[in-house]
Amino acid sequence: MPANPLHGVAIVGAYNTKQGRRLDVPETDLLLDAMRGAVRSAGLTLADVDGIHCSSSTRWRPRETAMWLGGRPLWTGTGDVGIPAVLEAALAIASGQCHTVLIATAQAGEYVNREETAPWTRPSHEFTECFGLFTAAEFALIARRHMHLYGTRAEDLAEVAATIRNHGAQNPDAVMYGRHVTRADVLASRPIAEPFRLLDCALTSEGGAGLVLTSAERARDLPVRPIWLLGGALDRCGMSYVTPPTWDRYGDVGARAARLAFGQCGLTRRDVDVAELYDPFSFEVIRQLEAFGFCARGEGGAFVRDGRIAVGGELPVATNGGLLSFSHAGLAQLLQKPIAAAQQLREELPAALTVRGAEVAIATNGGAGALFCDVLLLGKERA
Amino acid sequence: MSERPLPRPTELSRPHWDGCRAGVLRVQRCRSCRSYTFIPQPLCTTCHTGDLEWTTSRGEGAVYSFTVVHRAPHPSFATPYVVAIVALDEGFEMLANVACDPSELAIGMRVRVAFRALSSEISLPYFVQARSESPPAA
Repeated sequence: MPANPLHGVAIVGAYNTKQGRRLDVPETDLLLDAMRGAVRSAGLTLADVDGIHCSSSTRWRPRETAMWLGGRPLWTGTGDVGIPAVLEAALAIASGQCHTVLIATAQAGEYVNREETAPWTRPSHEFTECFGLFTAAEFALIARRHMHLYGTRAEDLAEVAATIRNHGAQNPDAVMYGRHVTRADVLASRPIAEPFRLLDCALTSEGGAGLVLTSAERARDLPVRPIWLLGGALDRCGMSYVTPPTWDRYGDVGARAARLAFGQCGLTRRDVDVAELYDPFSFEVIRQLEAFGFCARGEGGAFVRDGRIAVGGELPVATNGGLLSFSHAGLAQLLQKPIAAAQQLREELPAALTVRGAEVAIATNGGAGALFCDVLLLGKERA
Repeated sequence: MSERPLPRPTELSRPHWDGCRAGVLRVQRCRSCRSYTFIPQPLCTTCHTGDLEWTTSRGEGAVYSFTVVHRAPHPSFATPYVVAIVALDEGFEMLANVACDPSELAIGMRVRVAFRALSSEISLPYFVQARSESPPAA
């Protein structure tokens, strides 16, 4: 069997724009900042790119932003923002369709009516919207069933939220920088969709993000430490937010993707030093830890206690502050998971949040409430 | 305050919504393997044949999971309200509101379907606590 094509591709640029509850900048400016910042962090310019996948939440699609590079022929991404875009670009590079791909996205000015929840949290569908379903309620239905089956406690959910929010509190680039939170604060915050309280839920914010991938040959000549793709896979069970999120059918989503990703590089869970898990709600972290095999089914609540998922613990999770504290800007947060993993391995996060000696990171997108979970494994060393 | 969002039936889902308007819960069932498919789809999601027919559910089941919503997505929803996954006795699940005191709600609680007209075209199914604690004899 030929070697896994992902193993010849590296992340060489990783950049977040300023993030904020409201940035008061046009979405286009934010996207341009994300694009320029990402290529700059790779030691490149836009002229060096021969593949592009840049879009924004409300305004720009990839074929439109491709025109900004002057009309020269470019490989152009077609898929979803986040880990799917990373894997699509990597396979384009590995198959020789292009050598250097810029992926970027941004969102600003989309959330204006605060009477309603953020637009990207309330998709419209005939079998959900009319019942008052929205993202928090969908994920709550998964969490409630797990609590019923396994005795997972609200305190365990609060432990996850407080740990990740305290990572963000130590990250000057996080929207919630300086905002330390205790487990008691989480449990005392107002209920949103039970069992979730306000501080169990992702914040809403604006921001952009960009990533640059290149071939092993090109990476050698760049003035940055390449972060290698070790494995990746997508678990997608259909459309999000149209059908009941039943625990029995969807509680394990991501387990297959993780098994495949680890299998691609011969690593195991024990090799993972840092876990940039998608954290739209506190419980989703507990679920992913179980689905990926970091602990047994039903034991995620106990696993997250005693600082185990904090920086300095056995398996640091969402070390930049995640969606709960760093940013949740429409779609940019999907790309910010591989960015956070790359920044950890490049040792670019603040010293207090750096996982010393980390060699392997996992990054994920999605969750059981949304019926999908994508997995990406990154390493300092090539597979 | 804006209007509560109403479902817009599709060609595929119209028999379900027509049933709701007539006060019955209609669901697709496979003539080959006898499995139920919900939400409506163009083929049986269990055996993948196209041999589906619309049947009427008894509309009785049990709460599989639930959430009490305090922050509505849209101002047209009065909070708090309950959204549940109901496991129907026939063996399919659906999302709906449950009209009950949230403090009485529990996983496993027996419920039955009811309907509320929101427009001339749309009646929404919802569930109420069933009087009988045990499922009725078939």
